[in-house]
Amino acid sequence: MTVYAAPGSPDCKVVFKPRYEHWIGGEWVAPAKGQYFEDISPVNGKPFAEVARGTAEDIEAALDAAHKAAPAWGRTSTTERAAVLNRIADVIDANLELLAVAETWDNGKAIREPLNADLPLAADHFRYFASAIRAQDGDFQEMDGTMTAYQYHEPLGVVGQIIPWNFPILMAVWKLAPALAAGNAVVLKPAEQTPVSILVLMELIGDILPPGVVNVVNGFGVEAGKPLASSNRIRKIAFTGETTTGRLILQYSSANIIPATLELGGKSPNVFFSDVADRQDSFYDKALEGFALFAFNQGEVCTCPSRALIEKSIYDSFLGDAVERTRAAVQGNPLDTDTQVGAQASNDQLEKIMSYIDIGKQEGARLLLGGERADLGGDLSEGYYVQPTIFEGHNRMRLFQEEIFGPVVAVTSFDGYDDAISIANDTLYGLGAGVWSRNGNVAYRAGRDIQAGRVWVNNYHAYPAGAAFGGYKSSGIGRENNKLALSHYQQTKNLLVSYSEEPLGFF
Amino acid sequence: MLDSAVTLENESLSRVALSDEAVALLRRLWGMHGPLMFHQSGGCCDGSSPMCFPAGDFLTSAQDVLLGRFDIAPSGEQPQEIEFWMSSEQFAYWSHTHLTVDVVPGRGSGFSVEAPEGVRFLIRSRLMDEAAPFA
Repeated sequence: MTVYAAPGSPDCKVVFKPRYEHWIGGEWVAPAKGQYFEDISPVNGKPFAEVARGTAEDIEAALDAAHKAAPAWGRTSTTERAAVLNRIADVIDANLELLAVAETWDNGKAIREPLNADLPLAADHFRYFASAIRAQDGDFQEMDGTMTAYQYHEPLGVVGQIIPWNFPILMAVWKLAPALAAGNAVVLKPAEQTPVSILVLMELIGDILPPGVVNVVNGFGVEAGKPLASSNRIRKIAFTGETTTGRLILQYSSANIIPATLELGGKSPNVFFSDVADRQDSFYDKALEGFALFAFNQGEVCTCPSRALIEKSIYDSFLGDAVERTRAAVQGNPLDTDTQVGAQASNDQLEKIMSYIDIGKQEGARLLLGGERADLGGDLSEGYYVQPTIFEGHNRMRLFQEEIFGPVVAVTSFDGYDDAISIANDTLYGLGAGVWSRNGNVAYRAGRDIQAGRVWVNNYHAYPAGAAFGGYKSSGIGRENNKLALSHYQQTKNLLVSYSEEPLGFF
Repeated sequence: MLDSAVTLENESLSRVALSDEAVALLRRLWGMHGPLMFHQSGGCCDGSSPMCFPAGDFLTSAQDVLLGRFDIAPSGEQPQEIEFWMSSEQFAYWSHTHLTVDVVPGRGSGFSVEAPEGVRFLIRSRLMDEAAPFA
């Protein structure tokens, strides 16, 4: 057990600056309008740094810097770009604890997550795309004896990226790594709930990148995100967030005739077939853990397994065991490595979760565990903590249909395979799903029949670089986490070459 | 509390309301941004939140339902109408609930116009008596 010292105390791994500016053109730049906002730590509900409040003027300055940098960066060899990405990965590895404390303080997550998941994955993600860009070939086709079509991958130029607050560094890296590997310059807008940890990362990696290749402008969506997403000076916009803003982003991109990739959340089913309970063994234990993973990252994951579907014949016994398993989850100081459930990222997030617990009760869902705000006492009393919560109900309830983005799971039963698939697919979303069975054929068929971009079979919440991630249905457009993402950041140049000396003979 | 006018065909009960705090905030935002609209979001980080935009900024379509219309103007003054929209596919799952737009302190996101004020619109829901509105 380790309890990391809180920022502000002498032994803390990270020293936050009292004020963070924008990172533009390889320098810290004060906001044009001179305004700042407070970054509040969800751990204790108190502000800990001031952050530049960006506006359209700052976005323009960042776009100027990106446009200045893009041509030269786009012409570097893939060898050089891969080396840069690998150096960034090494710096993340070398500063694991510093970045983990920063991430936990900014977001509220239990520190074992950034230590063991977010940051190792972020480093590996850079390495994966360093490899992928080195291994990417163009192609050619011999049209006939004298004509050949060559296809080259070219960078788009300058791209915009808008990042969510649930994995502030990792989600930024999911977007940055393929964009940089492909040779683009980036203007990135972090979430206003978690603006600082990515700037701590920029302090560490800023001098590895040529000035202007990555620019970070903080601020509110309406003041900084909108001018970025609607700018006619970007060649692509990438966004992770919710459906209404996703549609707005598509509207802006349609006005500029540029592509948009969107990751818009989900309401992921976690399906437990009866044979998981055939034996009380390690696999059964793994399945129970798979159920309890709804509380991972306080449920603030787009793929949170927030609908548990349990086959009727094992329903009571499995759910009973699952409730006990979840009851054992340790909620506490996010800086303690033994803590499994930390703080929600913001006050409004906390309020929203509580409003869903309220409508769940009104709809007649049965509360099996939790359901209250947690007061952890002492310095943490003002932090945003919610008990892991289990409701039992039916799939038409709002609890089952809306992404709560909290540690809340809605449980129901199913009667046979067809019923399982029908309930699993009765949702607007199609981002993630889990399937648990000892029967490989059942697991395979269910995995293929569920309409979701990522189906975990006999596991959940693994995000290795290389496994494509993205949504079906209203969960979005595009894929990340795999070399497919390169295509979202590349143009195709076709060079159609005649090697004939003979005229065409038409005129 | 301000109830919306009924805008759905064959319905007789208001589906959306604004808390007094929401009305006061909307009057202030109207002064800053001009006419406003709501579109109820779903999914992910800031989903389930009513997003408030300058009217017309968000293009509604045949895939959206107009749930209600508010007039936030003080009595006797020029009307200040605000429409409340939701996607049809989301409405299919939400239609049995009445929505009240409230305000909480928070660090909003999306492109909703209240976020820089340090507050966030929030939906509070209650079940509707299903027999009445659809009679």
